Amino acid sequence: MEKSRFKWLAYLFIIGFIFSACGDNSKQQSKGAFGDQDAASQVYVSPGEYDEFYAFMSGGFSGQVSVYGLPSGRLFKVIPVFSVDAEKAYGFNEETKPMLNTSFGFIPWDDSHHPELSQTNGVPDGRWLFINGNNTPRIARIDLTTFETAEIIEIPNCGGNHSSPFITENSEYVVAGTRFSVPIPQKDVSIKSYKENFKGSLSYIKIADDGEMSVAFQILVPGYDYDLAHSGKGKSHGWTFFTTYNTEESNTLLEIGASQRDKDYIAAVNWKKAEEYIAAGKAKTMPANYAHNTYDEHSHMAKSEMLKEVKVLIPQECPGLIYYLPTPKSPHGVDVDPSGEYIVGNGKLSSDLTVHSFSKMLKAIENDDFDDEVDGIPVINFESVVAGSVKSTGLGPLHTEFDGKGNAYTTFFISSEVIKWKIGTWEVLDRVPSYYSVGHLMIPGGDSKAPFGKYLVSLNKITKDRFLPTGPELTQSAQLFDISGDKMKLLLDFPTIGEPHYAQAIPADIIMKNSVKYYKLDENKHPHKISSEDEAKVVRDGNIVRVYMTSIRSHFAPDNIEGIKVGDKVYFHLTNLEQDWDVPHGFSVMGARTSEILVMPGQTETLVWEPQFPGVYPFYCTDFCSALHQEMQGYARVSPKNSNVELKWSVGEFDE
Amino acid sequence: MIPNLFSKNNRSQLFMFLAALMLLGLFLFPLWKIRLEAPQYPNGVNMYIWINQITGDSPSTLQNINILNHYIGMQYIKPDSIPELKYFPIVVIIMSLLGIVIAFSKKRKLFITWGVILLILGILGIYDFYLWEYDYGHNLSPNAPIKIPGMVYQPPLIGSKMLLNFNAISLPHIGSLFLGLAMVFNFLSFTLLWKKK
Repeated sequence: MEKSRFKWLAYLFIIGFIFSACGDNSKQQSKGAFGDQDAASQVYVSPGEYDEFYAFMSGGFSGQVSVYGLPSGRLFKVIPVFSVDAEKAYGFNEETKPMLNTSFGFIPWDDSHHPELSQTNGVPDGRWLFINGNNTPRIARIDLTTFETAEIIEIPNCGGNHSSPFITENSEYVVAGTRFSVPIPQKDVSIKSYKENFKGSLSYIKIADDGEMSVAFQILVPGYDYDLAHSGKGKSHGWTFFTTYNTEESNTLLEIGASQRDKDYIAAVNWKKAEEYIAAGKAKTMPANYAHNTYDEHSHMAKSEMLKEVKVLIPQECPGLIYYLPTPKSPHGVDVDPSGEYIVGNGKLSSDLTVHSFSKMLKAIENDDFDDEVDGIPVINFESVVAGSVKSTGLGPLHTEFDGKGNAYTTFFISSEVIKWKIGTWEVLDRVPSYYSVGHLMIPGGDSKAPFGKYLVSLNKITKDRFLPTGPELTQSAQLFDISGDKMKLLLDFPTIGEPHYAQAIPADIIMKNSVKYYKLDENKHPHKISSEDEAKVVRDGNIVRVYMTSIRSHFAPDNIEGIKVGDKVYFHLTNLEQDWDVPHGFSVMGARTSEILVMPGQTETLVWEPQFPGVYPFYCTDFCSALHQEMQGYARVSPKNSNVELKWSVGEFDE
Repeated sequence: MIPNLFSKNNRSQLFMFLAALMLLGLFLFPLWKIRLEAPQYPNGVNMYIWINQITGDSPSTLQNINILNHYIGMQYIKPDSIPELKYFPIVVIIMSLLGIVIAFSKKRKLFITWGVILLILGILGIYDFYLWEYDYGHNLSPNAPIKIPGMVYQPPLIGSKMLLNFNAISLPHIGSLFLGLAMVFNFLSFTLLWKKK
């Protein structure tokens, strides 16, 4: 009896040991099959050396864009776009507040999704980065010489701008689409009247030569959820493809309601045709109200303008403008291969990918090979447009990108993996697990005509045990793979800000040579700029007090200010006189109910302070600028409301 | 009569003529370069001393040098307040014109005299530059934030020297080469005349 008990214990111990060994094995595999040393050498960028690629990652629900280096995975900058950023005073200083203006007023946040680099001839050119805001529909343009948000335009007649910006091959347009259809124009109706009253819109935002955006036209479409998009390239240049789900037009419990039909649609829009209709005067002008915000890099100020109308095209009145391609199982991403021939529909509830052929689509249109029509939009026969399908055995395909060598790579959210397959034969070549639940993936230039290839980054929604735990809220992550060989090879995991929803990357040398080092003071057109310390002054106009202040290592001018009173509104207009690389000065004053300002060399920024109590309040430089940074400080005296302390200011007036 | 400068007989005149022309090169290139090197200045800070101006790699270089210098109490370098930058160019133009006139004279004595004056002017110029460096390096504000007993900040005339965290490297620049060429051509011009006689 005793003996057999021991035997059992021994067996249990052995079994336990085997299991734990297996566990170790699986952990080993998740580190990459090729050994840590080999992978480490591939991602190691020596101190002082540069990364090969800039990667621009969406911050997702942080509303921002982060700039990383590849292959190192080092974070260089967080560019504030749709959300306020106290570090950089974005949305806090007087200059940038107008950037976040909308038809609903100032909004401090949005959900940023898809960064998209500007293109020339279908190849990323490094001039601008566009990104959509999903919640209050907007598109932003980031200037890649300054890495600052230069412009934000609100999209009228839209609910949830998700299928955006997905640029055309010569940066003619970025697009926007309603993920959430809404009454257009907005009106107070019963939600249950969805089928009757709700509409979608597909918007084309023209990009001028200097990058400035304007809503060129919108197409009113049936009230589906327009999920993602890609513009055609090469032979399919002139078209844009939008996926839809909820063609059931359900208004509640969409996880069931929008998953009933076997096929939804990819909408194919002929935007060159739209231009013809516009030129022919077919567009209706609809009243609208949407904000257009621009930041001028010379005045260092943003302005917001409300626009009041928009051009709209109705498919019934514009034959040939738009077609629906039936695509199985609530397709999510729609991706066009580098040749422009294949349109990949990633049916997110299916295990297969449906690939449509652009030339078959044109032929079907020519032959009127239609099954149906919805609100004047012909539905092309599925069999006549489909080129093939990838039988992946994965589950939940979301997005596909390309390496320019005839291969495609698709993410599978549910089975948490990336699958590599061959364009044309549709055979699966390789698969790697992702840790965990990958959404988008990114190959440098991977949605362009000429992908740069080499690396693949999977953008993962869940990390669980991958990093040191940080309480209930864990980082999301990016995983870097080497795709230069036949097999994908995991190199690196790195954490990201917010949700790394989507990303784009571009060779560093295209961008770094144009990066601005500092703003030239004599090109500064800020209305409250001063050019030297001699011009420093304090001006009172009623209860408005303007302090014209300069900063240069290591002092402010003026640094002693008296004569401010309780009830005043004090504007500190700080001009940074420095004209050297990497010498910003920061500024804040005790009790100011806003963020610091962080002023780049040659720039002017404004902090508003409404002092509440009499006293003497210190202000100081918040960015460690120089050897005597700690000495870069001053005082503002605040007197009672009715006092007659004279307004005066000085710097460097020592006592005798 | 304008002599044919390219005929063999007039070679000495040609050299004298070239010597005079070389001086104009001082307006095309800096005479001297002072480079400051420190870890946080990966490209160095380069200051160029011309016959008529002081420049840097960018229009703001002087401002940046002055910002650094104010910590140790050095005077601001303001080209407008340096009289040499105004009268040196006039001296050079006069010497150049004089040289051309003398070239036509074909008089050996005048050639030599011009050369000797140039040499004296050159030495005086360098001495003036030295004094200028001495003044900037020694004449420091007593209120300077950084005061290190016994420390002076005079950059070397030629060569390098550590000035606190900066390695200051001072070397003649292309303009000086033109000055040197003027002297060489002048030397050749009168030695040729010598041989002929």
